[in-house]
Amino acid sequence: MSTEAKIEIDRLMVSTSPHIRCDESISKIMWSVNAALAPAALFSVYNFGMPALFNLVLCIVVAVATEYLILKWQDKPMVINDGSAFLTGLLLAMNIPANLPWYMPLAGSIFAIAVAKHTMGGLGFNIFNPALIGRAFILASWPIAMTTWPISKDMVGKVDGLTSATPLGILKQQGYQKLVEHFGDHATMYKSLFLGARPGSMGETSAILLLLGGIYLIYKGYIKWQVPVIMIATVGVLTAAFGGDPLVHMMSGGLILGAFYMATDMVTIPITTKGQIIFAVGAGALTVLIRLQGGYPEGVCYAILLMNCVTPLIDRLVRPVKYGARR
Amino acid sequence: MGKSFRGGIHPDDRKRYTAAKPIQVAPIPEKVIIPVRQHIGAPCSPIVKVGDLVKKGQVIAEAQAFVSSPIHASTSGKVAAIADYPHPVFGTCMAVVIESDGQDEWVEGLPLNRDWKTLEAQELKEIIRQAGMVGMGGATFPTHVKMAPPAEKPIHTFILNGAECEPFLTADHRVMLEQSERIVTGMQIGMKVLGVSKGYIGIEENKPDAIAAMNKACSGIAGLEVVPLQTKYPQGAEKTLISVITGTDVPTGGLPMDVGVVVQNVGTVVAIADAVEKGIPLIQRVTTVTGGAVAEPKNVLLRIGTTFAEAVALCGGFTDKPVKIIMGGPMMGMAQRTLDVPIIKGTSGILVLSEADTNIGPERPCIRCGRCVDACPMGLVPSMLSVMGERGLYSVAKEQYDLLDCVECGSCVYVCPAKRNIVHYVKLSKAQNAAAAAKK
Repeated sequence: MSTEAKIEIDRLMVSTSPHIRCDESISKIMWSVNAALAPAALFSVYNFGMPALFNLVLCIVVAVATEYLILKWQDKPMVINDGSAFLTGLLLAMNIPANLPWYMPLAGSIFAIAVAKHTMGGLGFNIFNPALIGRAFILASWPIAMTTWPISKDMVGKVDGLTSATPLGILKQQGYQKLVEHFGDHATMYKSLFLGARPGSMGETSAILLLLGGIYLIYKGYIKWQVPVIMIATVGVLTAAFGGDPLVHMMSGGLILGAFYMATDMVTIPITTKGQIIFAVGAGALTVLIRLQGGYPEGVCYAILLMNCVTPLIDRLVRPVKYGARR
Repeated sequence: MGKSFRGGIHPDDRKRYTAAKPIQVAPIPEKVIIPVRQHIGAPCSPIVKVGDLVKKGQVIAEAQAFVSSPIHASTSGKVAAIADYPHPVFGTCMAVVIESDGQDEWVEGLPLNRDWKTLEAQELKEIIRQAGMVGMGGATFPTHVKMAPPAEKPIHTFILNGAECEPFLTADHRVMLEQSERIVTGMQIGMKVLGVSKGYIGIEENKPDAIAAMNKACSGIAGLEVVPLQTKYPQGAEKTLISVITGTDVPTGGLPMDVGVVVQNVGTVVAIADAVEKGIPLIQRVTTVTGGAVAEPKNVLLRIGTTFAEAVALCGGFTDKPVKIIMGGPMMGMAQRTLDVPIIKGTSGILVLSEADTNIGPERPCIRCGRCVDACPMGLVPSMLSVMGERGLYSVAKEQYDLLDCVECGSCVYVCPAKRNIVHYVKLSKAQNAAAAAKK
């Protein structure tokens, strides 16, 4: 037997199978979602200028810093670079008006991370989407500021003043005809909604850029196409059924942002595809209910948060089909 | 496109290291360490003493229990010791150490020349039992027990598992290429024992040469059919294999015989053919020695009792620092703490993984991404099994999350971005439930 061969061993690792893993990780997923949101986030800076950039940076820095302090205080592994707190900050910023005074996003970002995420046990244990809780917290605390929308760059000079109602706000208060008049004609209205030249939360305006990022995430397998497609389709079908303009509703408000980036937040939605479809239908239906019948012009945030509540119930009732029970 | 099942994963199969390498016959080792327990069931007791001279093929340990399997000397020589030695499955186990005399002399009367067609099913079954036959895919369940189903469970289908879905391993692949006719003979013997007329050979599509070789070997033989299977792990897991080939699922808690099926491994049927036609007991096997840290990966025909260290030396030793040494494949194999463990009947591979091969990060909380749910071939919710196991809620795992249906294939762990050790929690929960049941 050959003895020259090198066969020394030193401290072998002994653990349960399997012994190989794929190269996905939480950081990879989180940073990919951040990357997917980047075009729409950058567009918000183009659209609304320096205040948008300031609030983006503020929300992200505060979210990451809050996470750092809490992990430090609780003596947990330091994982602030995994991209999840960054994502919460980014999503929160994209869900608020660009010109919000600094202390509001600051408070919202702290609340999102400290209360919505870490009181529940941190990453993986939160019941509600932290960014949406942050938004709901700001909306409840400063309702006027949260419903005062700066006009987009393209609108400067075309309309009076520097603030305007959102398309859904105009629709709610003044009706469909006024909305069309606001943009000029039907074609301009659809085009503006699709490209993003409209007032609204700073990251929600450009349907096209949000869609591109969403398609990237579907391609990477980080989100399932069923959730955004079914949620948006549900909104379209129900608004059409109740006499609204489905295209306006599908491209307005936070629907595309919510459907692709928050109704797909894996931590807070059901774990099975079937369960996720139920979630998407529910979130779409609640959105329409709030928009058409509720007091708010927009309902995506609360619709998703309400569906987050029933996620554990859906997971309890909707299970994969077990081997042996199929045939 | 070959047949397939729900779920599963597509890891890089990394069979390229050894798939094209013919089986190399290893030289006779200077000594062999032969554990008295190489199977599921009752351990054997040695029937030789220190100082005894033994011949190749001689029985050196046996047991009275039905679910057990005798152990034979894998070469001729002197019994140097009977003591506890490291064991790849049980940690330590009593073993008979034989110092080779270099003669490699057969026990009297072997090998012989016998025609299986002239033997009755009962005689064949007894030959298989006496030859120490066990499932060589890694499970090591005694073959004669599998071949003796109770009368109320009639068997109608024999499945040969040539899927070899574990990454890295190519032993079965090489056997199918080099010994396809022996496989067919072994299969026919198995089918005669069971009295079945239908036999399938399931092979993953990443082995087109094996599919061709087996098709050729089966041509003209009634009842045998090669079934190409989609390349996907765990295609070769018994339950998925059965439902893919027969269209019937094995019921929860049941065995293949509950749906009239017996599954055998490629190596096992070749060993059956050798035992019946030549009288040769199970004393050697083909093992793939491979991994990112092995200098010259190979498929080697090794005597039972050869140490891992010798097998690795045969393959040029290490090129990189080994982080994990595994008996079997990377998905379901067992991590070893030393190279002093011997090759046993179920050693399908010796896998030496470097740091880069393993990709094990720190475990993070479950983020409920659902990848494990999509990957699970059993239709379970692995994430919940891991959470329940982590928190000690073992009975909840069993009662509400179908713990006992888990086949521990590891697909969920492979895809988990949080690097959670789900299979670890499953094994822990199963053991705790068993312990709780035993207490009652």
